[in-house]
Order: sequence, then C-alpha cells, then structure tokens
Amino acid sequence: MSSLVGVLFDGVAYGALLFLISLGLSVTMGLMNFINLAHGAFAMFGGYLAVWLMTRWGVPFVATLPIAFVVIGAAGAVMERVLYRRLYGASPLDQVLFTIGLTFMSIAAATWFWGPSQQPVILPAWLRGQVSVLGVDLGVYRLFLVAFVIVVSVLLRWLIERTRFGSQVRAAVDNREAAAGLGIRVDRVFTLMFALGTGLAGLGGALGIDVLGLDSSFPLKFMVYFLLVVAVGGAGTIHGAAVAAIILGIFDVAGKYYVPQAGAFIIYLLMVVLLIAFPAGLFGRRH
Amino acid sequence: METGRWKPAEIAFWLVPVACYFLFPGYLVLGSQILAVALFALSLDLILGYAGIVSLGHAAFFGLGAYTAGLLSARWGWHEPLSALAAGGVIAAAAGFLASFLVVRGSDLTRLMVTLGIGLLLYEAANKAAFLTGGVDGLSGMANGKILGVWGFGLRGHTAYVYSFTILLILFVLVRRLIHSPFGLSLRGIREGRKRMPAIGAPVMWRLVAVYTVAAAIAGIAGALLAQTTQFVGLDVFSFQRSAELMIMVVLGGAGRLYGAILGAAVFMIVQDYLSGINPVYWQFWLGLLLVAMVLLARGGLMGALDALAARAKRR
Repeated sequence: MSSLVGVLFDGVAYGALLFLISLGLSVTMGLMNFINLAHGAFAMFGGYLAVWLMTRWGVPFVATLPIAFVVIGAAGAVMERVLYRRLYGASPLDQVLFTIGLTFMSIAAATWFWGPSQQPVILPAWLRGQVSVLGVDLGVYRLFLVAFVIVVSVLLRWLIERTRFGSQVRAAVDNREAAAGLGIRVDRVFTLMFALGTGLAGLGGALGIDVLGLDSSFPLKFMVYFLLVVAVGGAGTIHGAAVAAIILGIFDVAGKYYVPQAGAFIIYLLMVVLLIAFPAGLFGRRH
Repeated sequence: METGRWKPAEIAFWLVPVACYFLFPGYLVLGSQILAVALFALSLDLILGYAGIVSLGHAAFFGLGAYTAGLLSARWGWHEPLSALAAGGVIAAAAGFLASFLVVRGSDLTRLMVTLGIGLLLYEAANKAAFLTGGVDGLSGMANGKILGVWGFGLRGHTAYVYSFTILLILFVLVRRLIHSPFGLSLRGIREGRKRMPAIGAPVMWRLVAVYTVAAAIAGIAGALLAQTTQFVGLDVFSFQRSAELMIMVVLGGAGRLYGAILGAAVFMIVQDYLSGINPVYWQFWLGLLLVAMVLLARGGLMGALDALAARAKRR
C-alpha cells in the first residue's frame, strides 16, 4: 500500500517537472502554431547552466534556478526574434526540419563542451533524505519539486488571468487578427511568451537534473514526452498540459516500477491510444 | 510540362550507378547501402513530396521489412532472397495499411505524434523481444541463398550491388508510372488543396490510405534489401534518427521530384561516410546547420537548384 502511494507520489513529482518544461511548448504550439522540436534543448541548457554555476562558481542549487530562468528566457527571446519568427507561417515540414536541425546542433554543441557523460548534481543537505508524511516516506527533494511547481503555476495563473499582459495573451490566442486590430502588439506578446516558455523550460531543466538526468542526448530523449504533454493535453491550454503531464508521469513511473521488462513501451502505447481517442487532445481547442 | 516519357537526362542518371560499378569496385558495399537507402527515400518522397504527409516515423516500415527478412533467414531457415524481400514488403504494407487510418485523420501535430509513436513503439518492441531479435546486439547470422538459384552473394559485394540496383530500378519505374497516372495527379491535388479535391469526386481518405500502404511496402522492401546485403539487422532500423535522416535526404534532394530522393540519399550517405569518419559529433553539428540553412535559404533542395541553373542557362 505504502509503495503504491510512493509510486503515485513519484509519478506526480515527475509529471510536475514535465508540466513545467512542456508549458512553453504548449504555448508555442497553441499560440503560434509552431512545432518546436528543439524545445528540450532549452531545458538541457538550463540544466548545464545550473551544473556549471554550481561546480565552477559554487553557486547554491536554489540560486541557480532563477538564473537559469532568466538566462535561458533571454536566449529564447533572442532566438525568437532572430530565427523562429521567420518560420511562423511556414509549413509544418519546414518547422520540423528547422527545429530538428537546431536540436542536432545543440546536442553536438553540448557534447563538444561537456562530453557525452551524465552530469553530476549535488543537492544541498536540506533537500536530501526522506520525510514521513502520514506514515509514508516521501523524498524531500520531490516534495520541494511539487511545491515549487505549484507555486510557479499559481503565479502563472495570476499572470494570465489577472494582468493586462495576460489578457493580451488570451486575446492573441483566441483571435490573432482581432487582437492585432485592437492595437495589441501581437508580435511582442509572442516574443514575451516565447521567452517565458523557454525560461520555464530552462528552470525545469535545472530543477530536474536529479530526476530526469542530464546528458547531451537530453533533447531527443525527452522530446517525445514534451510533445506528448502538449498533444494529449491540447495545445495552448495550461490545465490540459497539467493533467496530461500528471497522467504521463504516473504511468511512466508506475510502468517502470511494476513492469520494468516493458520499459518505455507502456508510455508509447498510452500515447498512441490517447491520440487515437482524442485527436485534438483532452482539452483541445476547436479551431 | 511533365510527361510520362523518359527523357535522355533520366537515362543518363541511371547510367551513373552502372558506371560506379566499374569505376569504384572498392566501394561496392557502401554503394549497395546507398541503393537500398535511396529506395527507402523514394518511398518517403511518395507520401511526403507527393501526398504532403509529414511523417516522423517512416523507419517503422523500413525496420519491419528488415526484421522480416532477417528473422526469416537467421531464425527460421528461409534463405531464398527474393521471396524474403517480398515478405518484407507484404508485412510492411499490412502495417502501413493499418497505420494509415490513424495517420490520415487529425491535425499535423497529431499526425506527427502518431507516426513518431508507432516508430518508437516498434523500437521498444524489438528492443524488449531480445530472444527473437537479439535486442541491442542486433540480429546476426543471416545467410542468403542464390538469387534465382544462379547468383550467390560474395564477400566483395558484386552481387549485392547489382541486386540492389535492379530492385531499385524496377521499383523506381513502377513508382514513376504511378506518379504519372491519374492517381498520382490526384495525390498532388490533395497536397495542394485538400478541401477542394472531394468537389471533383476524388476520395481523399482512400487515396491517402492507398499511397501510404504503397509507400510502406516500398520502405519494407528497402529494409529487407539492406538487411540482406549487410546480413545484419540492428535496432537502429527503427530509430528516430533514421526517420529524421531520411526526411533530410528527401528534402536535401528536393521533395516531390523522385530523382531528388535518390540524389539526396546518395549525397547524404557519401558525405556522412566521409565526415562521420572524421568525428561523429562534428557530423551531427554540420547536419543540423545544413538543415537550418536549407529551410531558411534554399527551398527545393539540390534538384531545385539544378532546375534554377538549367532555367538560367536557357535564358541566355
């Protein structure tokens, strides 16, 4: 019984991390109809940045998180302005090829700088160990992870639902032309949302090294998971991405725990079945 | 306009691999791999270039063909090559037929995900069924009988090269006929205006199901061909990398042009053989850069560039 709760909890923690990283992808796909297969690369570089800050400069783990968010978000804004913007109207094939190209380049660059091996992360003492909640032992780090993601989600909800910027974003998602006609600078909204999304990916990459691992094959290894969160949740919805990420997280962890011989088979099967049942995602927007 | 008649340039094109047979006898092993992959690229061009379906998992059918031929020979003692080749095609076609119903519906994103998912599913299946497929170690121990009871596969690859060339040429001629038929025209119609095709009485879904099945069959034959000529099947036949590289070959050569797929496969394989010999990490970087540059600067690929050169020469 307690092992079941433990597995569920690990699944939720894993799902929370997937949610944090995939959110930016959901925005790019929902808002700009852009298929960004290179999204995982931003998360990977967030992770490398955190490791570099910790090992080279002795920055504490928690302090690397906001730095990863800001630096990767800024890099995302530059990429959006310089490269991504040119392909907003392009065919899905062009977008896929372009972002696969970016993914290959970032994998090669990461291998060049850091080698192909797993990166170590040393968590601070207060994040290690277990704590007993209602008779179940839960990892402190995973509790921290879930709490962190909940706080970020609440902030995001506030940003999207209560601020002027948020209403501009929602207007641009609902009807780009009408929003532009009302004087909203849609292209600037896009850039800011892209920066926010990549920043969150970088943050997730830094936060999740201990759960996801970090090596140069990261962008390809997790590409499916991020895409899956978006495709199953329905592009452009926050709660859709959250539900999809938690489902995926639980199934993946439970599958690996209870049926290790099936490996990743379960998650791919789940993916195909969900996509057949809900071609537009669980909370898909009908255009 | 394009017609079904063979142009002199096309015949010249097919003389190149014949000439290579005599000019580069030391590279016949690489040569027959290029021919098998060119066939694979041709099959993707059929659905990507002509029907406009973006697939991230075309390696699924390639791998099915490769494992069919591999298992027949290495596990079940069936060594006759032509029938094993056909079996690979049939199995892949059956899978393609079933998968096509998932692929023709849904948005582009769903389509990408479903094709990607099927590829990954098969990769995991082959990985976990190690007792049958050899898992990560790959499937070895294949032995080919003589083709038509006459030509045996030697070590230096003469037979393999001629065999691959013949299969590629036969299937190319068939695909070329298909493209120039009314069926091929209707595919291009679907690519250009999917919503309008039903208005002139073309059943969009069934056309796509048909072309997807044909493309899967050809991909299966290509996989079986590669398995037979290399006498080995590795897990990578199902990998995402293979699907992605295939797409690169087709776009590099120029999608929707038949010869583009073959040219792209040849150029890609030769450059890869050269560059990845130096350093595989560099190779991946340059490959990525090539993709980005191609999308931003050079639409139409190599064949598009050749067309532009020819048009310029004509104007003078």
